[in-house]
Amino acid sequence: MSVAETKAEKLDGWNRPPAMEPEGEGELLEIAMGPHHPSTHGVFRMDVTLDGERVMRLKPVFGYLHRNHEKIAEGAAYLASMPYTDRLDYFCSLSNNWAYALAVEKLVGQQVPERAQYIRVILAELTRIQNHAASIGFLIQEMGASGTPLMYAFRQREKIVDLFESLTGSRMMCNYMRFGGCRVDVSAAWLESARTVVAGLPAFVDEFEALLTTNEILMARCQGVGVLKADLAVNASVTGPLLRASGVNYDIRKVDRYGIYDRFKFRVPLGDHGDVYDRYMVRVLEMRESIRILEQALPAIPAGPIMDPKAKLRGFRPKPGEAYGRIEAPKGELGFYLISDGSPNPYRYRVRPPSLINLTILEDMCLGQNVADVVLIFGSVDIVLGEVDR
Amino acid sequence: MKSVEEIKTAIEAAVPGAGVEFVSNPSPSAQHSLRLAPDRAVEIARFLRDDPELALDFCSNVTGIDWLDKEFSEKVKVKRTVTKTIDGVEQPVEETVEETRKRVEPGYLEAVYHLYSVAKGHGPVVIRMRTGNRSDRVELPSLTPIWRGAEFQEREVFDLYGIVFKGHPDLRRLLMWDGFKDHPMRKDYVEPDDYEYEPTPHDAVLKRAQAHKAMAGK
Repeated sequence: MSVAETKAEKLDGWNRPPAMEPEGEGELLEIAMGPHHPSTHGVFRMDVTLDGERVMRLKPVFGYLHRNHEKIAEGAAYLASMPYTDRLDYFCSLSNNWAYALAVEKLVGQQVPERAQYIRVILAELTRIQNHAASIGFLIQEMGASGTPLMYAFRQREKIVDLFESLTGSRMMCNYMRFGGCRVDVSAAWLESARTVVAGLPAFVDEFEALLTTNEILMARCQGVGVLKADLAVNASVTGPLLRASGVNYDIRKVDRYGIYDRFKFRVPLGDHGDVYDRYMVRVLEMRESIRILEQALPAIPAGPIMDPKAKLRGFRPKPGEAYGRIEAPKGELGFYLISDGSPNPYRYRVRPPSLINLTILEDMCLGQNVADVVLIFGSVDIVLGEVDR
Repeated sequence: MKSVEEIKTAIEAAVPGAGVEFVSNPSPSAQHSLRLAPDRAVEIARFLRDDPELALDFCSNVTGIDWLDKEFSEKVKVKRTVTKTIDGVEQPVEETVEETRKRVEPGYLEAVYHLYSVAKGHGPVVIRMRTGNRSDRVELPSLTPIWRGAEFQEREVFDLYGIVFKGHPDLRRLLMWDGFKDHPMRKDYVEPDDYEYEPTPHDAVLKRAQAHKAMAGK
């Protein structure tokens, strides 16, 4: 890289991952990791070209789970797509609900009552904690620690998922939020049990960290692996913990202040190196910040209605126009882009999937690494194939 | 942050003859957009990214829209000469007749980009581009050289809508398989009866069997 090269020129050159030169002689080996590789969390294929153990090229292949969610949603009424958003990122159905409800509320200019806003924040932060716990569990699983850490994470996740079940009737496919509010009110008993679960969370994170953070194997495998530079991360539209681990302070809860996030005190954890270890660390710290938000939100929840009284459930026809609404989902920026032509169905319904877009730089992160680290780097991106392929 | 009109003025000052058009959005979200002329779009996009005040370094969302041919019928009053028999004599008479005329506005495909600024924390700025039509003039310039984040999303738009992005480094189908022919997100897409139909030697046998069955009853 010449000294005269400006930042703009550097950015322009980033539309491809760098070409790799093989070391020494010998043939390159092409292998297909997936679509049934256990580390891919579904059906996803990476066509990897190897020089010995070194990754020379990596081409992700998508579409095994594609069902054209967007087309289906364009043929259905607005509300009819709400249960389908649960199936995008099936770990975080409540965040998906919120993102979709937020986009529709922007499209029609609806207000959400105070109590419903609090419920949304509580559920979204619980979702974030269980997603991060599970994703760390899977990451450790992929490192070869079969079972135990994952079960620790799942033990706690199960308590949160039980809360979801007792409120919405379903553990994972919650279908809970509505345009202008929520479907059912939380009871005093539910809030009490939520407080109990949240009170147990700091001890869980402490225990998790005591077992993992300074673990020698984890440090050896994760530090300096899969480094992602901040400039490239921004240019490649990477969002979520992956972006913040590279040291970019961009959290949509802080930037857009959607919902009532401006009322809570929380910090945005940032990484320094942008490697797998920083991503692990950022997720752990985000869990702690989410607990902090929950500790503020649970006692402060006001009484009142949970639905906008003016909200229309039947004959819902937004006026012509378009809106893009986005939230900070546990995996990154989840956005919905809607165009209405005045009919009961959206003319255009687009999901901005963080999982798919975060994979744009998968090849850049994996080049030059060992093939065993590909599994780890891929795991640290934290994706769900239901959202990647839609 | 600058308003959309101010951004339009800034673009016109930086890129002379840019041909930017303001597109109003009547919904309460008030996310107005700018329509770029495809031939200058890369230049404008580079300006949007590198301008220190706008600094739109983050291309969040890229998507396509399919707008079908629109048919308008308007009633027009036309003067016409009609031969009429008046008082037993045939003579030409001028008359005003109402006539319905149909006008077809050709459809097009549209690519929409939602831009944000990570450095400044503002957004979204919505830019859009139109293709010439829906069949043979479907080329648009790719903005992947400006924002890497558009890479997979432009591939998806190419796959599902059939917009060909010129200058994209790796334009292949993303979600559908390589041998797939059509573009499923288009509004006039017709689903095939059988996605995986392949002719086999048994087809001939089946046909003969059906012909035989039809004859057997007689």
